[in-house]
Amino acid sequence: MTNEPAIAIDGLTKAFGTRTVLGGVDLAVERGTIHALLGPNGAGKTTLVRILATLTRPDAGIALVDGRDVVRDRHHVRRVISLTGQYAAVDDLQTGEENLRMMARLGGLSRSHAQSRVRRLLGQFDLTDVSRQRVATYSGGMRRRLDLAASLIGAPAVVFLDEPSTGLDLPSRQAMWQVIRSLAGSGVTVLLTTQYLEEADQLADRIAVLDGGRIIADGTASELKARVAEQRLDITARDGTAYQQIRDRLGERAALADPARRVVGVATDGSAAHVRVLLDDIDPERIAVSRFAIHTATLDDVFLALTGHAPATIPDDLRSHPASRADLDTKESAHV
Amino acid sequence: MSDLTLTLPTARPAAAIRDTATMIGRGVRLSRRNLEALITALMLPVILMLLFVYLFGGAINTGTRYVTYVVPGVILLCAGFGSATTAVSVSQDMTNGIIDRFRAMDISAAALIAGHVVASVIRNAVSTVLVFGVALAIGYRPHGSVAEWLGAIAILLMFMAAVSWFAATVGLLASTPEAASGFTFGVMFLPYASSAFVPIDTMPHWLQGFSRHQPCTPVTESLRSLLAGQPVGSHAATAIAWCAGILAVSMVASTIAFWRRTTN
Repeated sequence: MTNEPAIAIDGLTKAFGTRTVLGGVDLAVERGTIHALLGPNGAGKTTLVRILATLTRPDAGIALVDGRDVVRDRHHVRRVISLTGQYAAVDDLQTGEENLRMMARLGGLSRSHAQSRVRRLLGQFDLTDVSRQRVATYSGGMRRRLDLAASLIGAPAVVFLDEPSTGLDLPSRQAMWQVIRSLAGSGVTVLLTTQYLEEADQLADRIAVLDGGRIIADGTASELKARVAEQRLDITARDGTAYQQIRDRLGERAALADPARRVVGVATDGSAAHVRVLLDDIDPERIAVSRFAIHTATLDDVFLALTGHAPATIPDDLRSHPASRADLDTKESAHV
Repeated sequence: MSDLTLTLPTARPAAAIRDTATMIGRGVRLSRRNLEALITALMLPVILMLLFVYLFGGAINTGTRYVTYVVPGVILLCAGFGSATTAVSVSQDMTNGIIDRFRAMDISAAALIAGHVVASVIRNAVSTVLVFGVALAIGYRPHGSVAEWLGAIAILLMFMAAVSWFAATVGLLASTPEAASGFTFGVMFLPYASSAFVPIDTMPHWLQGFSRHQPCTPVTESLRSLLAGQPVGSHAATAIAWCAGILAVSMVASTIAFWRRTTN
């Protein structure tokens, strides 16, 4: 194993007709890490993954996977990667076991080696009980797990996951996250795409934000959070008049303005002294402000600050349990 | 551009053969479990046979017992209907995401298509055996020698391979499985405008030229003569030329279609 990155991308561009999908992407993914490609629908995530998985040709730029060019050296690249797309690539009319055995044979495993590998993966992905049933009878989560198992059959060094948990319910999503973590734990490099900040925050060592075909930020979750005002004083005005008065007084300094809730935000270092100064400055008569709170930046803030639009949220019926959600929820505390 | 090559990659012929064998196994397994296609493949020959012999046959004068006349036609018709199944399966593979996995695993287009084509030929062969079974039960008495039977089987297999590969090409060209199914309509109706069901002399004059010179006629005539133990004349050579031609064109066309479909 060398120190060169598992994935190295330089100046990658791709257009379909007149529509530019990737406008010069640079990215490096270290070996054995999970790197999330975060972006809204249409940001170019799937196109980037398809280029890396040798399925789509870039117009310009270089992409290396395991040190090899994805266009010139694609046969080598195909031996070290696997791709799990948004739609389960398994045959409904075959059983789970038959699907895996087929992939194992196509992956070059001998009959006996294939058999033992299939048995291990079925166990690892909790599919042993249904291994003899046709995939048509599987739930969405089971199907996705089988799909991922199928992609891992050749023990790939680099795994591409295109929106691995889209459409999965809560237990399936968590099971999927667990599998992805254990993959990286075993030294596999994972590049996953997601629209969900929560998923990126939960799983990824590093997050690259892709918007409009460009990487507009790349770093760890905390590095990204540090790029926006880390602490913000959110002031709730007593009434509409007070709200307008505070807004006028702050002018350009307002980091947040929400007339519906009558909340105005302003950057602060979070110290008692600074908050006192700010409050006195904003509301010298001490009547306009009814409440205040210190808001610590979340990835949502980062996303909003970077892209100018809010990220997708996991649909409510698919939302994960409150404990894990709490890490991401707006951390608000009043302290002076 | 390995996606372009239909010939087995010389770098790893063993892998290419193994991939093709795996794909054939897949195709056969999927065929066995596709209930709709299975019913079509098994019931259609029986129904068509009975339909032609008992409903239409009485009104058609062919100079022989109609069942004897019509056996090759029913076989061709079944191959035509089977081609729809093949086109749809190929099209489904191209549209449902599994093609991405196969390509990312470096499976050649040849292996993928050959898997579908061989499964299709096997389905057709099963239908054909059924046609012969039903025909024998209702009075068909072939007189061909062993050599003539082998000749008939060879021509049949070539015809089925040609139709199947053509159908696979249609599956690659069609944007959706539904469209693929529609495009094979022509194949299904081709046998009617040949000597398969009625003598060409009885057709309107403007149609006779087409009927005499389309592939179904020499294939039908070859089969009919070989199975009846009569001299086959030039029909066999024409039939083989047609099948080989269609097969060759389909192979090239499918390669180009696959390449166009997967290069972007």
